[in-house]
Amino acid sequence: MATFSFELVSPSRLVFSGEVEQVDVPGAEGDFGVLAGHAPFVATLRPGVLTIRDAGGAQRLFVRDGFAEVSAKGLTILAETAVPVENLDRDAFATAIKDAEAAVASAKDDAARWKAIEALDQMKAAAVQLADAGAAKH
Amino acid sequence: MASLKELRNRIASVKATQKITKAMQMVAAAKLRRAQMAAEAARPYAERMEKVLGNIAGSITPSPESPRLMVGTGKSDVHLLLVCTAERGLCGAFNSSIVRLAREHIVRLQAEGKTVKILCVGRKGFDQLRRQYEKQIIEVVDFKSVRSLAYEHATQVANKIVARFEAGEFDVATLFYSRFKSVISQIPTARQIIPPVFLAQEKSTGPSAIYEYEPEEEDILTELLPRNLATQIFRALLENAASEQGARMSAMDNATRNAGDMIKKQTITYNRTRQAMITKELIEIISGAEAL
Repeated sequence: MATFSFELVSPSRLVFSGEVEQVDVPGAEGDFGVLAGHAPFVATLRPGVLTIRDAGGAQRLFVRDGFAEVSAKGLTILAETAVPVENLDRDAFATAIKDAEAAVASAKDDAARWKAIEALDQMKAAAVQLADAGAAKH
Repeated sequence: MASLKELRNRIASVKATQKITKAMQMVAAAKLRRAQMAAEAARPYAERMEKVLGNIAGSITPSPESPRLMVGTGKSDVHLLLVCTAERGLCGAFNSSIVRLAREHIVRLQAEGKTVKILCVGRKGFDQLRRQYEKQIIEVVDFKSVRSLAYEHATQVANKIVARFEAGEFDVATLFYSRFKSVISQIPTARQIIPPVFLAQEKSTGPSAIYEYEPEEEDILTELLPRNLATQIFRALLENAASEQGARMSAMDNATRNAGDMIKKQTITYNRTRQAMITKELIEIISGAEAL
C-alpha cells in the first residue's frame, strides 16, 4: 500500500514521525481518514482518538486541541496533547470533563454557553471513543 | 602590612567562595543540558505552527472582518512590551542585556510619541525596569515557584495578553527574550507577536497549494492565532531558560577562575610575609648575639 509521511507534534516534543499508510483523524466537523495523495487540506481537531496505520499495525493516540494540515509533502498534526491511549491519565481526563461541565454552568451569555456545551459534548464523545478503544484491546 | 592571620583568613574566604561558584557552575551545566533539550524539542512545533499559519495568512486577503489578532487594529499607538527574563540573578549580563534591548525600544517608541505598556515575565526584569518605568508596568508574571516550564504556563500568559488585546488595551505587542545560540552566546531578541510578522514565505516551487478548509478559514484562524501566541511565548520561555543556564555557567566559570587567580596571588603574598618575618627574627637574634 502506498505510504506518505506523517508527523505528529506536541509543544514539548515530536511524538511521531515516519511513513504511514493511513491516519484517521478526529476533525472538528467529523472524523476523516488520510491516505497517500490526499488533497491539500487544513482542519481543526476535536478531542478524540487518532489512529495511525502502517505496515506494522495500528497505533491509537488521544489528541486534543490542535489542527491537521495535509500538503503535498504529507500530513502534519499539531496537537497540544498527544498521548498513546494506553498511557492516558484517566483521572485527569475525568477532571477535564468536570471542568467542561463547570464551564457550561458558569457561562455568562448564550454564545459562551453554546461554546462550552459544544466542548463538553466533544469531551463526552471522546470518552465514549476511549472506552471503545479500551474495550477493543481486551 | 596585613598580619599573617589576616592573610590566612582572606585566603580561606576566597577558597570558600570558589567552592560555591564551582558548585553553581556544575549545577548550571546540568540544568543547561536539560533546558537545551527542552528548547530543541519544542522547536518543531513552533516552526510548523508558523509555517501553516504563514500559508493560511498568505492565502487569505486581509479584510476588515479578518481576525484582529492577525491584521492588528490598524493603529500602532499603544505598544505592549512583553519582557521575559529570569527569576534569579548571578547569570552574567543575561537579564541586563534583555532589559537594555527593551529599554532602547521604550526610548525610541516614546520619542515617536507612542504609549508604552510593559508586562514583565520574570522577577529580574521587573526589578530592573521598575526603577525607571514603574507607571508603565501593567502586570508581572513570575514563575518563581515553577520547577519545570510547561506549555500551560505559556498558555496562561497568552490568555492574559489576548484578553487585554480584546479589551483594546494595546495595538502592537512585542516579545523580548534571549535566543540561545550557544553556551557562550545568547542573543537578546525582540519579536513582534501581535500582529504576527511572518518570515518571507519561501518561493514555492510550482503552483502553490490551494487548501480546503474545515471549518472556514476565519474559524481556523480565530482558533489558531491565540494558539500561535502561546507557542511563540512557550518557545521564548524555553530559549530563555536555556540561555539563562548558559549565561550562568560561563559567569560562574569566570568567577571560579578569578577566585583561583586571587588565591594564587594571596598565597604568594602570604609566603613572602611569613619569610620576611622569619628573616627579621633571625636578624634580631644574630645582632643581639653580636652585641654581647
